[in-house]
Amino acid sequence: MDNKKRFAIQAVASLLQNADFRGFFKGGVSQLSTKSVCVPGLNCYSCPGAVGACPVGSLQNALSSYRFRLPYYVCGLLIFFGILLGRAVCGFLCPFGFLQDLIYKIPFFKKIKTFRGDKTLRFLKYFILIFGVIVLPLFIKLTPVFCKYLCPSGTLAGLLLAFSDTRVFSLFGSRFMWKACILGCIILVSVIIFRPFCKYLCPLGAFYSLFNRVSAVRLSVDKEKCTSCKACYRACDMNVDPSVSPDHLECIRCGKCVSACPENALNYKSFISKKNPGHQE
Amino acid sequence: MKKSIVAVCLIALSLALIVCGVMTGQPAEVLSKAVTVCLECVGIG
Repeated sequence: MDNKKRFAIQAVASLLQNADFRGFFKGGVSQLSTKSVCVPGLNCYSCPGAVGACPVGSLQNALSSYRFRLPYYVCGLLIFFGILLGRAVCGFLCPFGFLQDLIYKIPFFKKIKTFRGDKTLRFLKYFILIFGVIVLPLFIKLTPVFCKYLCPSGTLAGLLLAFSDTRVFSLFGSRFMWKACILGCIILVSVIIFRPFCKYLCPLGAFYSLFNRVSAVRLSVDKEKCTSCKACYRACDMNVDPSVSPDHLECIRCGKCVSACPENALNYKSFISKKNPGHQE
Repeated sequence: MKKSIVAVCLIALSLALIVCGVMTGQPAEVLSKAVTVCLECVGIG
């Protein structure tokens, strides 16, 4: 997959998920009935142009409700997106991932690919998924913990709301300052490190990663063609070695490895495509 | 082959959950939250 094509898909997906442009001029959030359906990526439903619901926010809202019912609908949608796309959602459809990709394009004298503790820190997103999105909202009623204290997409939505209706600025207090600091840190770090939010903090990415091994969109390696030159590993910004583990939890299916392979040993495949004897899934 | 079976089972499960959710009116709950400004999300509440 050409990187330019991926960028075009990301741009179109981000625009489509925020296609109610009236909100940006009039203030307030979109009232479209399409918001009864969750979008696959992290896109706050309080963004003035959002035409779909945020899956993480909807899940926490259902879990922290006083009238608790198992959130079949949101869970079903999340599993459906996960099984079809896995973390390809992160690579192609997530507006916040797209934003980080754009920021990473800003030139900087030293981009950091990995550092000590990088691998351990990546488990943090699973901790956030379990406690911030599921356990704590279940026990602390009416408190979507991840949205309230961490989510940078919500902070961005708040800023956009404030720019479209300046009265919102007067409502910002200490909690907004906290969330703005988190957003600021993520934006700054995104200049140096590729997608820090996706790597270390995103609960949605953590959830979708669990489906990478079985999702319809996958990578396969032709072991007969692969010369173990590691060109794919060097091209991967998520620090995955696709020639060894094409279904790695961290792979966002961006396709840079597919383009980088000089032997065409790496390819996209789905569970419905026919099996090639040389390919390892 | 094993992965395909798991994938098909998970698709069936997800569709069953979605249908179950739709039948119990959960999309309306999602909509009611999504059409109001989420104060917690934007850092106000």
